Amino acid sequence: MLSRVAERVYWMARYVERAENTARMVKAFNLLTLDMPRTMQLSWRGLVSVTGYDAEFEARYQREDERNCVKFLLADDDNPGSVLSSLRAARENVRTTRDLVPSEAWEVINELYLYARDHIDQGITRRGRFEFLSEVIERCQMLTGLLAGSMSHDAAYEFIRLGRNLERADMTTRQVDIGAMRLLSDQDEPAAPYQGLLWASILRSMGGFQMYRLHVKRRINGPDAVRFLLQDTAFPRAVAHALAEVQSALERLPRNELSLRLVSQARRHALNADIDERIADGGLHDFLDALQQDVAELHTANQRTWFLFAEQAPDAA
Amino acid sequence: MAIDWKHYDPAPFFDELMEGPGQPRPAARAVTEYLATLDDTEVQERKQAADSAILEMGISFTVYSEGENIDRAWPFDIIPRVISRREWEPVAAGLKQRMTALNLLIDDIYNEQRIFRDGVIPRYVLEQSRNFREQCVGIHPPHGVWAHICGSDLVRAGDGQFHVLEDNLRVPSGVSYMLENRQVTKRVFPELFQDSAILPVDEYPAQLFDMLASISPRPQEYPEIVVLTPGIYNSAYFEHSFLAQRMGAELVEGADLMVGDDDCVYMRTIDGPERVDVIYRRIDDAFLDPEAFNADSMLGVPGLMRAWRKGNVGLANAPGAGVADDKVMYAFIPEVIRYYLDQDPLIPNVPTWLCSDDEHRQYVLDHLDELVVKPANESGGYGMLVGPHATKKQRAEFAKLIRRDPRNYIAQPTLDLSVSPTLCGAEVEPRHLDLRPFILQGVRTDVTAGGLTRVAMRKGSLVVNSSQGGGSKDTWIVDEED
Repeated sequence: MLSRVAERVYWMARYVERAENTARMVKAFNLLTLDMPRTMQLSWRGLVSVTGYDAEFEARYQREDERNCVKFLLADDDNPGSVLSSLRAARENVRTTRDLVPSEAWEVINELYLYARDHIDQGITRRGRFEFLSEVIERCQMLTGLLAGSMSHDAAYEFIRLGRNLERADMTTRQVDIGAMRLLSDQDEPAAPYQGLLWASILRSMGGFQMYRLHVKRRINGPDAVRFLLQDTAFPRAVAHALAEVQSALERLPRNELSLRLVSQARRHALNADIDERIADGGLHDFLDALQQDVAELHTANQRTWFLFAEQAPDAA
Repeated sequence: MAIDWKHYDPAPFFDELMEGPGQPRPAARAVTEYLATLDDTEVQERKQAADSAILEMGISFTVYSEGENIDRAWPFDIIPRVISRREWEPVAAGLKQRMTALNLLIDDIYNEQRIFRDGVIPRYVLEQSRNFREQCVGIHPPHGVWAHICGSDLVRAGDGQFHVLEDNLRVPSGVSYMLENRQVTKRVFPELFQDSAILPVDEYPAQLFDMLASISPRPQEYPEIVVLTPGIYNSAYFEHSFLAQRMGAELVEGADLMVGDDDCVYMRTIDGPERVDVIYRRIDDAFLDPEAFNADSMLGVPGLMRAWRKGNVGLANAPGAGVADDKVMYAFIPEVIRYYLDQDPLIPNVPTWLCSDDEHRQYVLDHLDELVVKPANESGGYGMLVGPHATKKQRAEFAKLIRRDPRNYIAQPTLDLSVSPTLCGAEVEPRHLDLRPFILQGVRTDVTAGGLTRVAMRKGSLVVNSSQGGGSKDTWIVDEED
């Protein structure tokens, strides 16, 4: 399999996952704002921070109000992680690998991008937002299902799984981070009574609300939610599960030694952490940062091994 | 109402299917009689079946407009063009003859240059050629073959005689549409294939693979063959991807390939670098290797010419092969055939006047209102004068251009291209067409049975290019003996 093609399907999967996660995040946060009392100010700006594109936001906007934040997260060309930018990039990557993915996948991604582009204004307004985001999420899921069900599970598919789960692990740590920053640190603030609501919202954004209730069986609280989202091995959007998927995809690819070593290490970090202790000593944020770092290193290793290898002329290899 | 051939009148042109109103040519009898049994609704149903097959099979070509690439469905006419096998065989033989002579010519040009010394072609023809590549001098590619894949455009004039209009020796395209047209027709008129002996066309990808394998530098190994494309924005990308798939070859872009310190070509794969034996390149010479040609080419592979020169990789077509397809060189091809093969050409050229010749030039200047004047090194109809449709002022300008640089111009008569019945809305009307057969040369030489028929869908138009409203037809070579 050509390196270029592997890289394109890998990025296609990452971008689709990014679009879906961003849409989920905005949708859940949107619902949360409706539940919170007027006196509780929710910061849309915090949502922008989760994506890591603070600098891009500040360069573009003066006012950190809801409209600007939502616009930035959904529609902005200046934000490479916006739903629209991600879908466009995903579409470009499928477009150039159409021989490899089932043709229905091209149709789904093409129509999804066109839908998002044509309805983006609806997504920005409060009234149309819910419906718009639900549609985007649903179609992203459709694409994932279509690939799982109709594409040969060959090397190209493993690169898709690899990209999707790496992105997912990264996005989950970011979403846990927002909950952690906002509420865990100041337990005695007036926000405390709404902790449950906030965590329910984060769980919901990952489609994990119902699964949490099924498997954790306790009233929703911060530490349990963090544990669930980081360490549950069965919930698809939990970091531990996503990394296990990464590992299983890697095992089926050639020359995987370096990436395999790094993913085992990342899994160990995620699974062995004592969450209660991290919350107590205020080190949760740093811990999440370290996990994101693991993911980033893994991505760099993947790139070196399979996509770039400019330095690997045959005589050097 | 069914198609009534009695009311179909192609006069004054030569018609591919009909000798006259109500009189089909023998090879076309089956198809015309069958079509006459269908009523209007049935004809439209077949047309729709063809359109949806084209969409479903994803047969498209790319048009670049307003900053976006659009994939357009391939334009196709359901009524096939039929040629009898008896008539086709000498044409096929003539194409092989021509291809053999063209390759002898190119090999001579880059080595001994006997043909110029012997005065068969004047030296200025080479000196002004834009497709001559200095970098290719002294190279001996396998089997002495430079042009491995050729698409020659044939036209039929009023007498029904086939003429070669031009040879395409660089990166000719269209063969995938020839193959897909047949698939579509089989779906639309399965009945006709049961009753007639229509020669198959679908061995082309296998023949192409075998030809490419025959130029591999490592004949003992299973060859690693790749198709090199400029990428998805190229108008022929569909074909590049189609041929790669049919041959089971990797479809690569320039960035996928690299030349190692051992001067061999490798492709970058997830398993590491893999040696490449033969490249079917669909990129123009100028972009092939930034070290040898256009330095800012992003499409090519640095060092490729070095690898090819050393015989470490096969390139089809070889760089520099285009030297034999410019319009002035074309005028000499009948002589070229006589010179190298000591045979008379089996397919004539279209009569061509060279403005460099005093007598010819005078004739051209006296008959500008009847002739088509073409510059030697342009293609796609650029910089051309179509005498009968030009204004007085345009003709005067061209007369000036010809006098200033006579060697750069040739002239040909305006051709009354043959026509064939074509479905236009609800009616069947005559439309002009040409034919592009494909010739493969490696150890052996093969010609497609028929080729790609391109048809000008607008009434009276002679423009068959798909980007300008041209369509296509399936082309049948029919064995009447059966």
